Amino acid sequence: MRAFLYDRPTAVDEAVAAVAADPQAAFLAGGTTQVDLMKDGVWTPDRLVDITRLPLRGILVESQQLKVGALTTMEELAAEPVVAQRLAFVREALLHGASVQLRNMATIGGNLLQRTRCRYFRDPTVSACNRRSPDSGCAAVDNVARMHAILGVDERCIALHASDVAVPLIAVDASVLVNGPAGQRRIPLTEFWVRADEGPSIENVLGHGDLITEIDIPLLPQGWRSGYLKVRDRASYEFALTSAAVALQLDGDLIADIRIALGGVGSVPWRAREAEEMLRGTPVDPLRFEQAGRAVMASAFTVPGTAFKVDLAVRTLSRQLLTMTEAKR
Amino acid sequence: MKTTRTTTRVPSAQDLYTVDVFTVVNGSPMQWRVDTRTTLLEALRDTAGLTGTKRGCDQGACGACTVHVDGKRVLSCLTLAAQADGRQVTTIEGLAGDDGPHPLQEAFLRHDAFQCGFCTPGQLMSAACLLREGRAGSDAAIREYMSGNLCRCGAYDNIVAAIRDVAKGAD
Repeated sequence: MRAFLYDRPTAVDEAVAAVAADPQAAFLAGGTTQVDLMKDGVWTPDRLVDITRLPLRGILVESQQLKVGALTTMEELAAEPVVAQRLAFVREALLHGASVQLRNMATIGGNLLQRTRCRYFRDPTVSACNRRSPDSGCAAVDNVARMHAILGVDERCIALHASDVAVPLIAVDASVLVNGPAGQRRIPLTEFWVRADEGPSIENVLGHGDLITEIDIPLLPQGWRSGYLKVRDRASYEFALTSAAVALQLDGDLIADIRIALGGVGSVPWRAREAEEMLRGTPVDPLRFEQAGRAVMASAFTVPGTAFKVDLAVRTLSRQLLTMTEAKR
Repeated sequence: MKTTRTTTRVPSAQDLYTVDVFTVVNGSPMQWRVDTRTTLLEALRDTAGLTGTKRGCDQGACGACTVHVDGKRVLSCLTLAAQADGRQVTTIEGLAGDDGPHPLQEAFLRHDAFQCGFCTPGQLMSAACLLREGRAGSDAAIREYMSGNLCRCGAYDNIVAAIRDVAKGAD
């Protein structure tokens, strides 16, 4: 691991100023991605500004939304009773991610900023990685791929955004509050990440010194139901091959309103608006569920190792829609 | 950390890359001056000499390095020692009470819940939290919430049986 300076400020402004002043500085939170990448030599900051003692922890429950401090851990958010009552799919996604040990360390802000698990990105002896070094190529496209994305990607990069909780969060239109050198601003998650096919080396819209301080999560209205289905290679402690976050409101046999996002398939957490539009206001119909899934997959870019994900994602979404539209849950 | 340095020392280039850590490990106050890169796992094993905590994958995948920080189970291989400053750390050496082994340690022996034993300290530390978290209500729950601890010998059935035993006894 490369040597680094270590600071631990106690105020947000101080932390932002410390990183903003040094182009080689970075914030450090739970460390579950960062320390790992530093050990691998993939990420080499000269200065770490440890933000874990900043007053950015805790959940404020309001009538229409949760205001979640960025340093709230995954376990803490999953344990919040209102999350179980009004955002079931957020809780399920949290508890299906990583392990308890990692969830006790990993923060919600950090989860949104996690780097791709692409093995070529994480191996500095692989030179072809457009995400790490622009215009160097993509080893994943030409070699063994499996845990890679099929949406929002092209031959330049097929890196997957592997977060589970980000999938329901983007479905429910969560947003982040950011403090940076230029002050405070709000960014909806739907505009937060940058697709790999829109620039493989840029992962999100944050600038140097920008710090996520809060995640605001709208509560689902009363009468909505939601769930998260994750399909993976082993039963627990594994990333998604495909996943589906569905929230909907039924009116008799009609889907009155619906929100859908998919995981395991996108270079960014994937909001499936085509599917939402095809299903909103329509009767519950398994054939239509599959058609909606196919519509989302129309733009898929696959390599031999990821071709299976097209059908798997359609079936994952269909199954979750069936579960969510069963008469009584 | 700057506040913990004595004012009479003249910082050298090397000092900029060291950090002073004050922590309480298994009830004993400790002070470490370590390279900023030092993980909590390395500090425990190499600085404090507490080698019960094991280095397995060293990348957060296996759970062998599991310890408690402020009562929560975490991975010491992905925790910087600097981040343990001011925290309470419990390792496998601190799991047993004054009056003998922890009930989980006895149950692991009774059920032969290991072969090589390398993952066992992490399994025990994880299981101790699992019980506190109230997640040992069924075998399925035990398996799910112990999934962050791998056992390459495949002693899982016996590990689940040992934990189930203690969970039932605690009812």
